[in-house]
Amino acid sequence: MSTAGEQDAGLSLQEEHESKTHRTKRRDGDRQKKKRRNERRKGGTRAGEGEEDLQAVSEKRERSKRKRAKSKQETSRRENNEEEEAQLTGGKGTKARKDIRNEKTRRMEKEEVREVEENVDKGKKKQGSTKKGEKKEDGGKQLVKGKAREVKKKKHKKAETSSEPETSEEDDDEEEDNDKDVVRLECLSPEELEKLKEAVDERKKLIQSLRGKPWAMKKKLVTLRESQEFVEKYEGALGKGKGRKLYAYKVLMTKKWMKFQRDFENFKTGCSIVTVASYFLFLRWMYGINMILFGLTFGLVMVPEALMGRPYGSMPRKTVPRAEEASAMDFAVLWDFGGYAQYSVLFYGYYNNQRTVGWLKFRMPLSYFLVGVGTVAYSYMVVIRTMARNANESGVGDDNSFNFSWKMFTSWDYLIGNAETADNKFASITTSFKEAILEEQESHKDDNIHLTRFLRVLANFLVLCCLAGSGYLIYFVVRRSQKFALDGLENHTWWERNEVNMVMSLLGMFCPMLFDVISTLENYHPRVALQWQLGRIFALFLGNLYTFIIALMDEINLKRKEEKIVKFNITTWEASLYNGTVSENSTASPVTIHPADVPRGPCWETMVGQEFVRLIISDTMTTYITLLIGDFLRAVLVRFLNYCWCWDLEAGFPSYSEFDVSGNVLGLIFNQGMIWMGSFYAPCLPALNVIRLHVSMYLQCWAVMCCNVPQERVFKASGSNNFYMAMLLVILFLSTLPAIYTIVSIPPSFDCGPFSGKNRMFDVIHETLESDFPPWFSKVFSYASNPGLVLPFILLMVLAIYYLQSTSKSYREANVELKKKLQMQNEENKRKNKRAALKAQMDLEEARMTAQEQQRNNNASVQDQESGSLNSNINKEY
Amino acid sequence: MGTTASQLSKESLSEYQELTFLTKQEILLAHKRFTELLEKHEKDQIDARVSMGKIITLPELKSNPFKERICQVFSTSEQKDGSLTFEDFLDLLSAFSDSATLEIKSHYAFRIFDFDDDGTLDCADLEKLVNCLTGETNDAKLSSTEMKQLISNILEESDIDKDGTVNLSEFQHVISRSPDFVSSFKIVL
Repeated sequence: MSTAGEQDAGLSLQEEHESKTHRTKRRDGDRQKKKRRNERRKGGTRAGEGEEDLQAVSEKRERSKRKRAKSKQETSRRENNEEEEAQLTGGKGTKARKDIRNEKTRRMEKEEVREVEENVDKGKKKQGSTKKGEKKEDGGKQLVKGKAREVKKKKHKKAETSSEPETSEEDDDEEEDNDKDVVRLECLSPEELEKLKEAVDERKKLIQSLRGKPWAMKKKLVTLRESQEFVEKYEGALGKGKGRKLYAYKVLMTKKWMKFQRDFENFKTGCSIVTVASYFLFLRWMYGINMILFGLTFGLVMVPEALMGRPYGSMPRKTVPRAEEASAMDFAVLWDFGGYAQYSVLFYGYYNNQRTVGWLKFRMPLSYFLVGVGTVAYSYMVVIRTMARNANESGVGDDNSFNFSWKMFTSWDYLIGNAETADNKFASITTSFKEAILEEQESHKDDNIHLTRFLRVLANFLVLCCLAGSGYLIYFVVRRSQKFALDGLENHTWWERNEVNMVMSLLGMFCPMLFDVISTLENYHPRVALQWQLGRIFALFLGNLYTFIIALMDEINLKRKEEKIVKFNITTWEASLYNGTVSENSTASPVTIHPADVPRGPCWETMVGQEFVRLIISDTMTTYITLLIGDFLRAVLVRFLNYCWCWDLEAGFPSYSEFDVSGNVLGLIFNQGMIWMGSFYAPCLPALNVIRLHVSMYLQCWAVMCCNVPQERVFKASGSNNFYMAMLLVILFLSTLPAIYTIVSIPPSFDCGPFSGKNRMFDVIHETLESDFPPWFSKVFSYASNPGLVLPFILLMVLAIYYLQSTSKSYREANVELKKKLQMQNEENKRKNKRAALKAQMDLEEARMTAQEQQRNNNASVQDQESGSLNSNINKEY
Repeated sequence: MGTTASQLSKESLSEYQELTFLTKQEILLAHKRFTELLEKHEKDQIDARVSMGKIITLPELKSNPFKERICQVFSTSEQKDGSLTFEDFLDLLSAFSDSATLEIKSHYAFRIFDFDDDGTLDCADLEKLVNCLTGETNDAKLSSTEMKQLISNILEESDIDKDGTVNLSEFQHVISRSPDFVSSFKIVL
């Protein structure tokens, strides 16, 4: 009934739609059916009354009756039916129960609407299918026309008739009811149509929000069926007339869109980092981003160039030079992304500077530039949006005020399905409870503060030494590798060729361990220690990356010097060639030289791209290899050597490795940073990263399952998920900086890449504006980019940020105030209650006192009386 | 088990999809897992019940300290024995699913933690909760002073109106600030 196809049919074919509603009616629960019939019955009675002249009088009487008494019987009936009806009237069921009196009037109105709708449906049926209604149509129509003129009046009547006590004619034939009360749709006033629309929308909303309700499934099912039936019934009726088809189409499309959205919601997930599972969620999120980056570069840059650009071998930048041809297909060369790999779409240098390629007139250089900018812009957008969403989820800031409650209510991880893990979790929760209590008790106590201070300073000094050392090492290695490159790579060993990447990976692997050891000196609380640790690793990676970039810059400058020489040489070479040919054969035939023989400049862009690709590859390899050796082999050794070892390996020193969530997340973040940095010069990087992430997802998943133990000290993302997102943002910013710097300030190589021959890379925008757009557009653009306009705009934005920040601050303060107020009020209430109770007690006591007194008095009087009567008796006797 | 998938009619499947936070595949998987727990002759009945004892042998629930409470909360059985029908089971999975809202998750979490079903978390509930979280072993148990301290701390933080118990809205307030409740309150088949 709710599948799109069926609904489709139901909307397009009225008869089928009608029969469907009948079918569903039949399927509904008995009780419900009865109810509907009752309603229809009421309509029937109303229709009957309409025929009579006495109608108005009787109704007036009824109305007054109702107003006077609000008949108790009816109220009780209502309360019985309440739950269902309240649901029907917009899903306010639970709230409605609280205030019956208030709700009643509202429900009256709604029932009115429903009544009208009922009529509408009938009218529609009448028009759509004349089979059933033919017999009694005439009478019905007349009646209806008479009625429809006084719609307003009728509304009141309806309310009355609907509130009438149930008539006993429940067993009546349904068809009769169908035909008796008919109202043409055209007769409905726009107001009522509006109301009907609202009701339908309300139902739709109800359907959507139904799964967010903590009800049992049965209740949800009943409500769903009812509202779906309702919506199906009246939705078609609404757009009757001119916009019918359009409306139906619109409804259909919104449904499809909703369904798509839901599927999409299921596909993507937010990212949050808490436990091992959340690392994988983060990985998947990254994977999604990379898929989109890959789609952009692949679809808009690589494929057009490969399909429509000039083929391989047609020009110098697209051929392997003669000197390298012999080894161009060797695996070792390909592995280093030299040879054929270097002269392919994978790298910047291969792209031609034709303004348009292929019959599509695809603007290749422009596309290359825009994709480069687009990847960065998209990444910024995604990261910031996720941060904003996380911030929303985690409420206003990450306050620490619910430390204990969170430990209590949210510490169990319901995903745990393994007894061993559960035991670990129990232990960690217990220790965290104990720790928290101790911390609370000893928050003021401090032991030898001078020693800890000294140790902390020492530790920081050591860490700084490490950082400086690693930075220097990388710089040294990069410089050395340049020397090797000048000598020619063939003369050196494998190690010497891959030194840079290996050193960087090894540093990234061992330095964190060193930091961990150093941090034991500091004696921080684990959470603080973890933050320090993460900060240090962050600094290490960043330092390494930046030294690498600085070294690369040096190399770029070298290459550019070389380029100048080559450029000069080429002109002389061309001149000599030209002269030579002229002298050899005087025919001015065009000189044909194989493109492989043409001398060429050292394309520095390709060199940068290659470096990044190599870095990624070696990083990936080290990750996988450490996974295999450090985790898998260790686990195997520990498990099997444990049978013949002198101490308990599993519990003692080597034990199993822990899955280091924070370290892995950091690794992922830095990997992404390198992708962002390098993807402008090597369009293949996102593709490589997608593969890498895919493999590591499964590999790490397997490793976690089979050879890791969960972390002992469970660490709660240091308060918020946004910690890592902020790191990602910083990395994104820092990695776009050098890329943008090179794009803006270094002229592109003269003989390779899509921007060759231009002074700067961004000139391509200028060129497009001038030649592809009408002149007024470039004029407008130049005005818009005028500093006189841009600066005020920036100023405005800054002011807006300031304003928003200050408002959020004031909201936060208001929140605190409200909380205080709530507490105050509660205390006040309590005090009041106490006072009232005291007073009541006093009153009671007083009353008791007075009562006692009275009793005493009474007794006295009775005695008096008795004595009096006695006296009188005596007197009588006498 | 090829017939189990067809047992679930297309209509009810799409209805369940509409009413839960589960995808089609998840519902089918849930149905499969559920019918595996049923006796042979019960398989054709729509509202067959699986007893709590069987439900908590599911590996997803086996090591959960709240497994009995979870069954009791989601059960619609009149005998209050914690037995589940398929629809109850779907409700359970929906509430624990990835895409369920914070509101619904916190609502059910509250009911799970409310051991005596009286609508508030009082000291006894909290104590039971702590005992559940620290495991059954004796050495892990907190001493009575620690327990007292812990509970008073919790009430200090989250009992906003200071009536000595944590009610649903206070609970939801606390939970909504927690960064990792949504991601940890999850059961996936």
